[in-house]
Amino acid sequence: MTPFTRLQGRAAPLMRANIDTDAIIPSREMRSVGKTGLGVSLFANWRYAEHREAHRDEHRDEHRDEHRDEHREERPDFVLNQAPFRNATILLAGENFGCGSSREGAVWALTDYGIRAIVAPSFGSIFRANCIRNGLLPVVLPASIVDRLAAQMEAAAGEIAIDLTACTVTDALGQCYPFALPPLQRDMLLAGLDSIGLALRRATEIDAFHDTLKGKQPWLFSGF
Amino acid sequence: MTPRPQTLFDKLWDAHAIADLGDGVNLLHIDRVFLHERSGAVALQTLKASGLKVRRPALAFATIDHIVDTLPGRGDSTKFKGGGEFIRAMRDGAREAGITFFDINDPRQGITHVIAAEQGIAQPGATMVCGDSHTCTLGGLGALAWGIGSSGIEQALATQTVEERRPKTLRIRCDGRLPAGVFAKDLVLALIGKYGASGGAGFAIEFAGLAVHALTIEARMTLCNMAIEFAAFTGIVAADDETFAYLHGRPYAPAGALWDQALAHWRRLASAEDAVFDCELLFDAHTLQPQISWGTSPQQVVAINGHVPDPATATDAAERNSMEAALRYMNLQPGTPMTAIPIEAAFIGSCTNARLSDLREAANVLRGRKVAPGVKALCVPGSASVKRAAEMEGLDRVFKAAGFEWREAGCSLCFFVGGDDFGAARRVISTTNRNFEGRQGPGVQTHLASPATVAASATLGRIGSAAELGG
Repeated sequence: MTPFTRLQGRAAPLMRANIDTDAIIPSREMRSVGKTGLGVSLFANWRYAEHREAHRDEHRDEHRDEHRDEHREERPDFVLNQAPFRNATILLAGENFGCGSSREGAVWALTDYGIRAIVAPSFGSIFRANCIRNGLLPVVLPASIVDRLAAQMEAAAGEIAIDLTACTVTDALGQCYPFALPPLQRDMLLAGLDSIGLALRRATEIDAFHDTLKGKQPWLFSGF
Repeated sequence: MTPRPQTLFDKLWDAHAIADLGDGVNLLHIDRVFLHERSGAVALQTLKASGLKVRRPALAFATIDHIVDTLPGRGDSTKFKGGGEFIRAMRDGAREAGITFFDINDPRQGITHVIAAEQGIAQPGATMVCGDSHTCTLGGLGALAWGIGSSGIEQALATQTVEERRPKTLRIRCDGRLPAGVFAKDLVLALIGKYGASGGAGFAIEFAGLAVHALTIEARMTLCNMAIEFAAFTGIVAADDETFAYLHGRPYAPAGALWDQALAHWRRLASAEDAVFDCELLFDAHTLQPQISWGTSPQQVVAINGHVPDPATATDAAERNSMEAALRYMNLQPGTPMTAIPIEAAFIGSCTNARLSDLREAANVLRGRKVAPGVKALCVPGSASVKRAAEMEGLDRVFKAAGFEWREAGCSLCFFVGGDDFGAARRVISTTNRNFEGRQGPGVQTHLASPATVAASATLGRIGSAAELGG
């Protein structure tokens, strides 16, 4: 996992509440078992023109699948298709970003596209946990501040800086806002640590706990 | 010092907390892991690539539900291109790891959350995770169950643990009883409509009160299923005699002396009378009407006799933007009566509403009636076992005579990789849990409702309640 320390960049404003993981990556975009190559599918239903007719025709649908990347027509009204935001490394969003399905493909699509941090008033809880596990920083700031950042980005007023060591966001005008993150999660992101490795360091403690639980609640584990 | 009276959630969390990792984060013991081909296959594959083993394969179960076709005679090859790769990877991975696997043609196959209950795999007080957000369904049995991502599943398999930040506790007490013709689905839609799709954020919810404990176990699972649509960590209903009767004799439920021992323990798993919750809400169930969603978030819900709302009534700019975007996507005008909206397809299925009682409610409406001309209608039972039981009662004949397709078990059209599409149909009424843009296919406009409302609407060719059809 790539460690996260400091990031400065353009932030793309997607200021809607309840942006769900089906919007972040539609289910049909995940066509193979694996975690890579999903950036092209990020926000596919919003980013590309709809080819509904092709969906009804299996032959054309297959053809479309094979050439999906080259043949999709971008919608100019979508923020990531607009010049200043095409290479955005930060997303700004409304509350409850990443609600819905637990699909981790949503996070893999964001990171593969190049997004390293998301700033929103709140996040879907499973999505948020998936972010931490993949080195994508979820920053919670009050809606009024996210609105201010979005207005600056729309006015092309510069870049946003995020410092994870200090847990601050600095806006395009140099104003600084602190944000909170549990220390364990911050340390994991700073060091690029993986939580399986961390848990395995406690293997003895985990096994002892299991044995005690089995003693108290044998029906949970007997015969298994 | 007397111990602090505990909530049900506190009891279950504390019984599974291995270590305090600081700032409210705990390392939790996981008693059951469930996998499906969509998120489970990649977890096993990554684990293997990292050289890690499944620590306790006997505590893990897997099935095929998400991508598999639901047409008779189905197999590994799927209408969704590439689906076979997920299925084979799940099967091979489960076999190699020694995980119990309910394959496509296994009589126990079905939607993970439906079969985890049917098989007695989920139990009161047990912790359970699955790479699926609707794992909270199993809170209906009194289990502490929640959805996690694929990487979380890797950790659960490799270590039998997951770390989570302890959520706050919220009790929603539903007084009164649901009126006839109003169901758990209406209750949960109304709650999300009232408090918003992020109304439960940061909370583990205990659903309590007479209206909740009067529900069947299957209906409690419908209620808990949509806790995630409320942004909650999970939902849970304290196990009671109804729960114990449901579980007794199920294949993976305890038996003999262990059953007695389990039962004595389960009876203690209720919130103490004087337990203090971080938040409490009261909801009066006895005047509730059937609910229907109008927009693209499950909070965008009205009573079926209501109207499409006006964004001008929004309390802030973000909400107004979301309402306007939803109306554009749904192609609806403010002020339109919900019952004036024509539908082109009807779907009965999913982990929300595809258990036997759901199919019975729909069949009660459909008996002696026909689906309106031009409406595509599908019924996809939640498990092979639900399908067999329904067929024993002749429900399949009711659905087919009405003009519904009768399918094999799976997630199907709850989302857009289940091997099907709605064809030319745009506007769909559905017993599923998400009305998100594109969730059921590009441009598909989803209205969420109970099985009875979906069945009634299918026969009317527009949104309408079973009450409209009379007895």
